[in-house]
Amino acid sequence: MQRKAGSSIVTALRFLALFCALSLAGPAFAAESGGVQWWVWPALLFTASFAIGIVGVLAGVGGGVLFVPIVSGFFPFHLDFVRAAGLLLALCGALSAAPQLLRGGLASLRLAMPLALAGSITSIAGARIGLALPTQVTQAALGATILAIALLMASARRSEFPEVARQDSIGAALGLGGEFHDPASGRTVEWKTHRTLPGIFLFCGIGLLAGMFGLGAGWANVPALNLLMGVPLKLAVGTSGLILSVVDTSAAWVYIHKGAVLPVLVAPAVVGVMLGAKVGARLLRIAPARIVRRIVIALLLVAGARALMKGLGL
Amino acid sequence: MKSSRDPLAQVELAYARWLDWGTRIGLVLLIASFLAYAFEIVSPHVSFDDLVRTWVLPVDQYRLAVNAPAGWGWIDLAARGDYVNYFGIVFLALVTALCYVRILPALIAARQRTYAILAGVEIAVLAVAIAGLAAGH
Repeated sequence: MQRKAGSSIVTALRFLALFCALSLAGPAFAAESGGVQWWVWPALLFTASFAIGIVGVLAGVGGGVLFVPIVSGFFPFHLDFVRAAGLLLALCGALSAAPQLLRGGLASLRLAMPLALAGSITSIAGARIGLALPTQVTQAALGATILAIALLMASARRSEFPEVARQDSIGAALGLGGEFHDPASGRTVEWKTHRTLPGIFLFCGIGLLAGMFGLGAGWANVPALNLLMGVPLKLAVGTSGLILSVVDTSAAWVYIHKGAVLPVLVAPAVVGVMLGAKVGARLLRIAPARIVRRIVIALLLVAGARALMKGLGL
Repeated sequence: MKSSRDPLAQVELAYARWLDWGTRIGLVLLIASFLAYAFEIVSPHVSFDDLVRTWVLPVDQYRLAVNAPAGWGWIDLAARGDYVNYFGIVFLALVTALCYVRILPALIAARQRTYAILAGVEIAVLAVAIAGLAAGH
């Protein structure tokens, strides 16, 4: 029985690795062959986005952080359009998930509102900076950021129910606390935040990066909420999506008004990632999370290095 | 589950309801308009040949090359296949602001003064972004 389960996991991982490789090899082949029909690109983008959606859910990072470095590295679209599409797909994923998370008590509007406000102001500034800088500089900075994210993912710890001995005054004034019931373990815990002011400042920085690179920000929101502010892990994951939906909305408008939104990128990317995320959610039961996480870290290292080299003209 | 003692519990449910419906409507608009565009049921402003040639350019050069609008200028081209997609995209980008507008009176009614102020400021930030002022238009 155990051998059979192990064998199906190996088969699923092989299939996933093959699918990821084909998704990346397709654009390279199409670019080399030249003169391909226009529809080949959105079709390949849909395929790559579908794979990104699966892997993103399995690794718990969302799609945006994988989409921008991979698509800007392996597809012909300019980085401005890729960042706009990355923001919109992260936004759509967050918008779709947030209602269910709020109804299930797995996200807190009370916790999200002050942090989202800080992030949404700086994400506008980030989007403007990203569009004003020369492409080479933005590309190199994107590469360096992706490499840093990969290292953060490789080293970050997580705490299911962090201990918060004493709430700080800002957290208390904002009423950042309550009861959280974890349906999986059946456990109900009282939670409250600490280090709220550093948390708000950190979300200012996260918003800036999200707007600048179109990355979404789940990779940073969750550790900030969980490890810095002491929010229970599952509530941090759910609330991260809610914050992301507000932060990305503000930055998305800058890209929309600049004319950087190309429907031929946005629609296949959004639909591909959302469908992939549904498949990923089903695979979640059988896929070994640690191995998938290592695959994602490797993908980020490759895509980040490629973006950095492109930016540096190497 | 959320504690029913939290005065924000009902506000959260209202937010979730608007978010849910807004996202569904936006995604349907986006997919339907993209199919009309991709199958050339509605002819685009920028032909697919020109698009493939120019999507390698930075956005400012792209706009000049294909005479594409900035800001809310897309409304003038809303009947064209590529810009009809903007209805779905813009709707999805409006959903969060609509949700905040929905919960502001509820927060005031629940005497959540701090959160009503936060919602008001967030609406102002989003309004600046939506109006195009944050993008310099």
